[in-house]
Amino acid sequence: MRLIDEALAGNQRALARLATHIENDTEIGQQAVAALYARTGRAHIVGITGPPGAGKSTLVNALIGQARADGRRVGVLAIDPTSPLSGGAVLGDRIRMLERHGDEGVFIRSLASRGRRGGLAPAISGLIHLLDAVGFDLIIIETVGVGQEEVDAAAVVHTLVLVQMPRSGDAVQVLKAGVLELADIFVVNKADLGGAEELARELRGMVAMAPSESRWRSPVIVCSAVSGQGIDDVLAAIDDHRRYLTDSGELARRQQSIAAAEVKTLVASAVDRLLRDSSASVAPPVEDVAQRRQTPRAAALEIIRSLALNR
Amino acid sequence: MSTSDTGSEAAAGWLAPSERSRPIRVLIAKPGLDGHDRGAKVLARALRDAGFEVIYTGLFQSPEMIATAALQEDVDVVGLSILSGAHLSLFPRIMEALRERGVDDVLVIAGGTIPDEDVPELKRLGVAEVFGPGSSLRSIVEYIRRHAPVRDDIAQ
Ligand code: B12
Ligand SMILES: Nc1nc2c(ncn2[C@@H]2O[C@H](COP(=O)(O)OP(=O)(O)OP(=O)(O)O)[C@@H](O)[C@H]2O)c(=O)[nH]1
Ligand SMILES: [Mg+2]
Repeated sequence: MRLIDEALAGNQRALARLATHIENDTEIGQQAVAALYARTGRAHIVGITGPPGAGKSTLVNALIGQARADGRRVGVLAIDPTSPLSGGAVLGDRIRMLERHGDEGVFIRSLASRGRRGGLAPAISGLIHLLDAVGFDLIIIETVGVGQEEVDAAAVVHTLVLVQMPRSGDAVQVLKAGVLELADIFVVNKADLGGAEELARELRGMVAMAPSESRWRSPVIVCSAVSGQGIDDVLAAIDDHRRYLTDSGELARRQQSIAAAEVKTLVASAVDRLLRDSSASVAPPVEDVAQRRQTPRAAALEIIRSLALNR
Repeated sequence: MSTSDTGSEAAAGWLAPSERSRPIRVLIAKPGLDGHDRGAKVLARALRDAGFEVIYTGLFQSPEMIATAALQEDVDVVGLSILSGAHLSLFPRIMEALRERGVDDVLVIAGGTIPDEDVPELKRLGVAEVFGPGSSLRSIVEYIRRHAPVRDDIAQ
């Protein structure tokens, strides 16, 4: 396909077009991922998550600068929420990343969550494959700002960074949502505002007490994405984590769980779609359940069997 | 590696390409040294509420920044908001920067304080329509719905 060849040759217009196809799950998009998949698996995929306004986008911008300084190519996928009412979205993460406009080694794409929960977008895996295949060394995923709901980013990245800011009250809330166990690196941003060391100490205490199966001890790093203070430490921690994954053999395990999550998501979405499209065939057992002639579980089994036979 | 995962296996229908329509993507940018962002923000929200995906890039954009964003975001529409009076010097550079990057099939529209007598010159440069102060948000939404380029390879 011409678009694929051009994207592989570094043409950003073709890359952006392919991203649109993958985002919208078109035939060209599916063909592109199929053709490119064998080239993937090289990039380091890093998730940046944290509460709204913690400075995720500003940190991504700073990290791009730091990674570009040693010649790495950086791809960014930045997700903002879709309005459930209109289906539209205002995608504003790019505002903080504009410095990078003249640089061919950087590609930034804003995504709307389009109904996917957990801070991601439906096409996230396909888009990661695209950026990986065309040679970006570092791929950064900025999730939707997370509050109490679960964080799914851990299922698609190698390294998950949780960004917090001092004196927001959100810090502990986010940890309650289970990110403490998932985050590989903790960042306390906005150090220029004060209160950062206190929060960092609190976090270090929590990390030390958290049960962990791996030898990796999640570091807590203080930085200011605006002033640049500590950004080298954040990138160094990200690189350390990558090295740890490789040396310990955990990378292979993560790659398997990433693959498993993607395949399961595809199966779930296929079943979802089938249930939506085939309401007629779902109707009879449901009627029986409503009339108490059959149990819900038995009806569900009947539908699963008929779906498997029908196609 | 198999490239036939979209092929004719019976089950492939379950994961067939989506036929659902996609939201129109619009870039809203403020070129130059112009701190008036009220109109751009109001418009961005109105377009979101109309079901569009809006990439809002904020204040003080150079022509190169705007064109790079339009390129990487693969938008259908580029909306320029300008209340500084510098449109006649900035717009030619923006259109040139878009062309240089091969972004030649987007709908470019503009708004803000642009005097009527300047509109023909902007249209000559390739700006499709200009919406001045007091334009109804609904008329802008309708205009975009009617004029956003249709891509023959993706369902709208
Ligand atoms: C509010 C205002 C301010 C606020 C801005 C607050 C903010 N954050 O936006 C403040 C007080 C900060 C301000 C400052 C200045 N302002 Co002032 N300001 C205005 C004022 C009164 C209203 C602008 C406004 O917000 N309107 C409401 C919004 C909703 O309307 P709008 O932006 O026009 O948008 C509508 C349409 O134009 C259109 N639209 C807008 N953008 C786009 C984009 C697209 C793609 C589309 C399709 C449509 C579209 O849709 C919107 C809905 O109808 C105008 C006068 C006027 N009548 O326009 C002067 C005005 C724009 N300001 C002016 C000036 C000179 C200044 C200052 C330089 C100093 C001064 N003399 O006050 C500073 C410069 C600030 C800077 N850094 O750039 C002049 C500009 C002159 C010119 N163009 O040559 C104006 C025209 C006043 C005048 N008659 O002199 N200003
Ligand atoms: N003082 C200070 N402000 C910062 C710092 N980092 C980010 N900010 C500011 O915090 C605000 C939010 O920053 P963003 O980077 O947009 O935050 P975000 O986490 O991406 O926000 P969402 O994507 O909306 O969830 C902006 O006004 C930034 O300028 C920092 O290190 N110090
Ligand atoms: Mg952000």
